[in-house]
Amino acid sequence: MTTDLQPLPAAAPSVTPVLEMRGISKRFHGVSALQGVNLTIYPGEVHALMGENGAGKSTLMKILAGAYIADEGEIYINGQRLNITDPSAARQAGINLIYQELNVAPNLTVTENIFMGSELRRGQLLDRDRMNQTAERVLHSLGATFSPLDVVSSLSIAEQQVVEIARALKDNSRILVMDEPTAALSDRETERLFEVIRKLRQDGIAIIYISHRMEEVYALANRVSVLRDGQYIGSLTRDEISPDRLVQMMVGRAMGDFYEHQRQTNPGEVVLEVKNLGGGKVQPTDLVLRAGEIVGLAGLVGAGRTELSRLIFGADPKESGEVWLNGKKLNIHSPGDAIAAGIGYVPEDRKDQGLFLEMTAGKNIVLNRLKEDSKVGLLNWRSLGKIANDAVEDFNIRLANLEVRAVDLSGGNQQKLLLARWLAIKPRVLLLDEPTRGVDIGAKSEIYRIISDLANQGVAILMVSSELTEVVGLSDRVLVMHEGQIVGELGDATGTPITQENIMAYATGASEVAGS
Amino acid sequence: MSQTELRPLRNEPGDQSSTRKRRAANNWLQIAGILPILVLICILFAILSPTFATPGNAVNILRQASINIVLATGMTFVILTGGIDLSVGSILGVSAVVGVLVSLIPALSWLAIPAALATGLLIGLGNGALIAFLDLPPFIVTLGGLTALRGVAYLVANGTTVLNRNLNFAWIGNNYLGPFPWLVVIALLVVLASWFVLRQTVLGVQIYAVGGNQRAARLTGIKVNRVLLFVYGVSGLLAGLAGVMSSSRLYSATGLLGTGYELDAIAAVILGGTSFTGGIGTIPGTLLGALIIAVLNNGLTLLNMSYFWQLVVKGLVIIVAVTIDRLRRRKSR
Repeated sequence: MTTDLQPLPAAAPSVTPVLEMRGISKRFHGVSALQGVNLTIYPGEVHALMGENGAGKSTLMKILAGAYIADEGEIYINGQRLNITDPSAARQAGINLIYQELNVAPNLTVTENIFMGSELRRGQLLDRDRMNQTAERVLHSLGATFSPLDVVSSLSIAEQQVVEIARALKDNSRILVMDEPTAALSDRETERLFEVIRKLRQDGIAIIYISHRMEEVYALANRVSVLRDGQYIGSLTRDEISPDRLVQMMVGRAMGDFYEHQRQTNPGEVVLEVKNLGGGKVQPTDLVLRAGEIVGLAGLVGAGRTELSRLIFGADPKESGEVWLNGKKLNIHSPGDAIAAGIGYVPEDRKDQGLFLEMTAGKNIVLNRLKEDSKVGLLNWRSLGKIANDAVEDFNIRLANLEVRAVDLSGGNQQKLLLARWLAIKPRVLLLDEPTRGVDIGAKSEIYRIISDLANQGVAILMVSSELTEVVGLSDRVLVMHEGQIVGELGDATGTPITQENIMAYATGASEVAGS
Repeated sequence: MSQTELRPLRNEPGDQSSTRKRRAANNWLQIAGILPILVLICILFAILSPTFATPGNAVNILRQASINIVLATGMTFVILTGGIDLSVGSILGVSAVVGVLVSLIPALSWLAIPAALATGLLIGLGNGALIAFLDLPPFIVTLGGLTALRGVAYLVANGTTVLNRNLNFAWIGNNYLGPFPWLVVIALLVVLASWFVLRQTVLGVQIYAVGGNQRAARLTGIKVNRVLLFVYGVSGLLAGLAGVMSSSRLYSATGLLGTGYELDAIAAVILGGTSFTGGIGTIPGTLLGALIIAVLNNGLTLLNMSYFWQLVVKGLVIIVAVTIDRLRRRKSR
């Protein structure tokens, strides 16, 4: 990720803030979600809002957008007190919120989406010409390359986001709130979104940017405000931002040994051997995993990392190659075969591919153990309950009881549920796809501990990750994929040190690698 | 924000039993939404009609409900996976005609029930195979089945009523086990067995898993196709059983038998709180749903309401009941 090194217009204190939230408090069923939170936003700044999941960021933003009403506190827009009692009041004040989950109608055109609910008319009929022209103008100002007449489902996720931004701008938005806008974007798309954001900033629009990713905050933010446990902890200006300081503010303790977990450094014997495995966009690939080893699988989005792990797991049909486990050739035709052999897979999108959201947390944990803890198909709920209880203890999953539905847990706890499910089968090989995506920093550190512990117990781990700091911090060895092939290996044995620069050099297809 | 409300779980003594209690409470909540409505309707009819609240009429209601209970139980399996089976009424017709026809063959009359059940099972498995292996939408497959199998029922019956005055399984429809008609006993056995399968077996959990998140189910090694085959097989088999039950009471079957029954079955399942999107629902809920429909049919008839008005009232009650249930759930979140 490139850093925007241009000096940014520092917000002078004499400028009237476009938004001031003072002493905002909110309670749900007697539980305090926000306590006297302050937030000041100046025109033309990107203001990052950070904090762990559950810190109160979304609640604060929902109050701003009129989805919730604060119990206490005041909101000033351009110095004037405003009562935001519903979403339309917020929109009239020029406040627009872009949620993580996109709100577009995929089968309608870009123009139809931009004007949804506020269609321009001529008499009783739609004025399509004027709408298209306006859409064209707004899209152009955002540097978009698609046409207002395109159907939204034909656009990439990043482009769909631009459609949402255009919808907000058409209403003369002054304050734009973006909730983890890059969660579903590739690096290139992220870069393009950043350009749009910088453009908006130049036009004097204030942007409140919620993100867990440190790199993005560096690249974009003029200032950062941090919330913790529903309280306002403080704000930093651009010059004051450092990772240590931010982490300390967010979790209330120093980052310290974030990646430094007790690790046995001697990898054991070869557990998994992949020979010539190919299919879909994955070119025939060789790969070896040793017991107790964490191997990072890096590369750009779309390089084929997820596809390779799915091939190993039998989730997609292979076109060539073999998978060997402990010197025995496996016949994997479905995930069930892989699981029976002792291979686990934690998919990248936990809500879509991993969890059963409406099921209880307990059932989510034991799903892979049903066969083992049953006799002639009859479940042994007692032993399953014990497994689930132990997992909750071991992984420090925070829940009231095992009957809580998975959907009601935070992202970090959901991810731990998934890990617990796979660990219940005592895997010999574990394939992790983006194990900490959308997880707050506290849970992240715990997930790193779990992964390290597993490796210490001799599990061979292949970890797909787009977060370079995580790959560098955790991996014993790193394989880099580029266009469906493993193009490089980093680590002590290869002589090429594991650094972000070396990974990117391979990942982008650059042939020269520093230090080799 | 929910995180702040939660307390970490510790293995304190007595934790197991409190978990069990909570689980029981949860299950109770799931069906409780519809129970007050059933009670309310019963009280209303008891006040309005002197003959409603009698033991004899109670048995009557159960007997009238029995066939829908069996169909709706099968339908619950299907809807729990996020599917739908529109063909059960037609399967009932085909199976009933086949059963009575076989009973007319002197040497093979003992095969009548197995033949009817096998017919239902095979058709159900056929539905399941098309849905699981060809990835066709359940609505389309079973809508086609609804029409085509109705035609088959007429063809097999040769367009007339197939009658057997000495039907060897007529006891099912007309005899009693103690105070209870066999029809009721069979329906309750089906309910108990299904409840057990869904709660206590690996397959049961897998059915909920497939309905809750099919992609995730595949990735946890669940053989999704087998699960789908199973639920449509069960639905077909139970439709076959319902065919046996219907024809046994009538000593006969026609190609018309079971027409429209799928709608009452679906209504019972939805009334019982099962989600159309799959993954949520219970068998006791379905039982209550079927009882509501039966009580309405019975009570409105006792009140001498015209059949046309009965339809109107029944339809409205279904909508109102589901509305109340949904509103209550939304509040509890």
